[in-house]
Amino acid sequence: MLTVFLQFLFSGLTVGSVYALVGIGFNIIYNATSIINLAQGEFVVIGGLLMWFFTESLKLPFLLSAVLTILSAGLIGLLMERLTIKPLKNADLLLMIMITIAVSIVLRGILMFNFGKDPYVYPPFTEGEPLSIYGAIIQQQTLWVIGITGLCIILLFLFFNKTIVGKAMLACAVNPTAAKLVGINVSRMVMLSFILSAVVGAIGGMAITPISLMEYDKGPMLAVKGFCAAIMGGLGSNRGAVIGGFIIGILESMTAGYIHSGLKDAVALVILLLILFFKPAGIFVSKTMLQLRKF
Amino acid sequence: MLILKNVDVHYGKIHAIKRVSLHVNKGEIVALIGGNGAGKTTLLRTISGLIRSSNGSLVFDGLDISRQSPDTIVKKGISHVPEGRLVFKPLSVEDNLLLGSYNWYSLKNRSEIKDDMERIYSIFPILEKRRKQLAGTLSGGEQQMLAIGRALMSRPQFLLLDEPSMGLAPTVVKEIFRYIVELRDTYGLTVLLVEQNARSALRIANTGYVLETGRIILQGPAEDLLLNRDVQRAYLGRDVDYTI
Repeated sequence: MLTVFLQFLFSGLTVGSVYALVGIGFNIIYNATSIINLAQGEFVVIGGLLMWFFTESLKLPFLLSAVLTILSAGLIGLLMERLTIKPLKNADLLLMIMITIAVSIVLRGILMFNFGKDPYVYPPFTEGEPLSIYGAIIQQQTLWVIGITGLCIILLFLFFNKTIVGKAMLACAVNPTAAKLVGINVSRMVMLSFILSAVVGAIGGMAITPISLMEYDKGPMLAVKGFCAAIMGGLGSNRGAVIGGFIIGILESMTAGYIHSGLKDAVALVILLLILFFKPAGIFVSKTMLQLRKF
Repeated sequence: MLILKNVDVHYGKIHAIKRVSLHVNKGEIVALIGGNGAGKTTLLRTISGLIRSSNGSLVFDGLDISRQSPDTIVKKGISHVPEGRLVFKPLSVEDNLLLGSYNWYSLKNRSEIKDDMERIYSIFPILEKRRKQLAGTLSGGEQQMLAIGRALMSRPQFLLLDEPSMGLAPTVVKEIFRYIVELRDTYGLTVLLVEQNARSALRIANTGYVLETGRIILQGPAEDLLLNRDVQRAYLGRDVDYTI
């Protein structure tokens, strides 16, 4: 009984990590621009598929492949911002969000063109015996996923709270005019936010692919789940996105295990609806913070 | 220090600033007064680079700044305290001030920035008491002080102040105007002050300009403007006591 429960719990934590990273990706761009970037899921797919391309197709060493994947993802984020967001300048927010949907469709098309429709997989980061806790089996890659997610969260926390660039990025989101007046190059910050969020997404994709495989059209579902995580935690709050991501991941895996695996994908959407009905600001955003944010 | 020559600004089809020329000398407080919608704020936003002029020249310290972006203009030494303060509300008072130093921030300068921050706290002690508080939770007057403090953190030579008295209690206004004079006298700061509260502005200013529907209609030493019948009628109230 306990064994089964633990097994579900760990698989929930694993997918939850990726949802958390996607949710954080949403937050980074949202915090700097108020845009919801619906191409966020594609960044995860890009991470997984490019990692496969570098390690399996080009046979490059692991670390080099990881670095190249991260750099390429950053470049894709940069191009996305410079080619689609920046030229619009002061366009309506809704229009910008629709543009991100267009970008996600284009990216998916490019991925399908280059990788086809098959799922891809590569070996876990470390080979070795899986761990066993009370009979539940934990693959080493699961620990990698959770560990990498944790590291990303810590680094991002330090970036936004302890560095001037991180604070400047927040300032751009809060009030772009005032940010310009203190000498912040707002356009560069927006660019940086797209790079950062593409990188965070890609890291999630790199880590999860050995466990759950990756195919070209996984993006939208990941985006929906990550978006639920971000909304649940309160859009803009990274701590909230992490907790939201884990809650959704765990509930999903429990539902799949105890009720029916077909209901798995409905969980996140049901949660999203409940949150929007009863606590649209999210669970982890304080009242004062909410009043101070512009919406 | 700052010379504007025949500056035109358009908002779409609206001709908001019409051939405005203006001159600010180093160490002076220059008051720009005028009614609502006269174009005062537009003119300041043009100087700090938020809006592009369509014609004319803006020269600061011998350099043409009419095509510069706001962040380079801050680096050149112009700092703008915007209308409505625009502090970063969800950030702490301390972070607001720190971001003010963004244009010269580096790890090497950290101790200097700390010193500057202490100086701001000594000018506005209330900010030190509230340093950890979110800026949005401050009162209007405190936010105004924070906005001025943030602008000073960029180490400006030239301060653009937009309606620092708006929505504030008269005693707070008095205090803020006293600081402006102090800043000029102790730091040699040059100030271009936009005010609806024309009398207080002209009292501390060296020279004044009167802006009406985008045009400069009057200019001269501040004391002269205070005594000018037209200015009195339009901006100071008819039965003004000018024996101040």
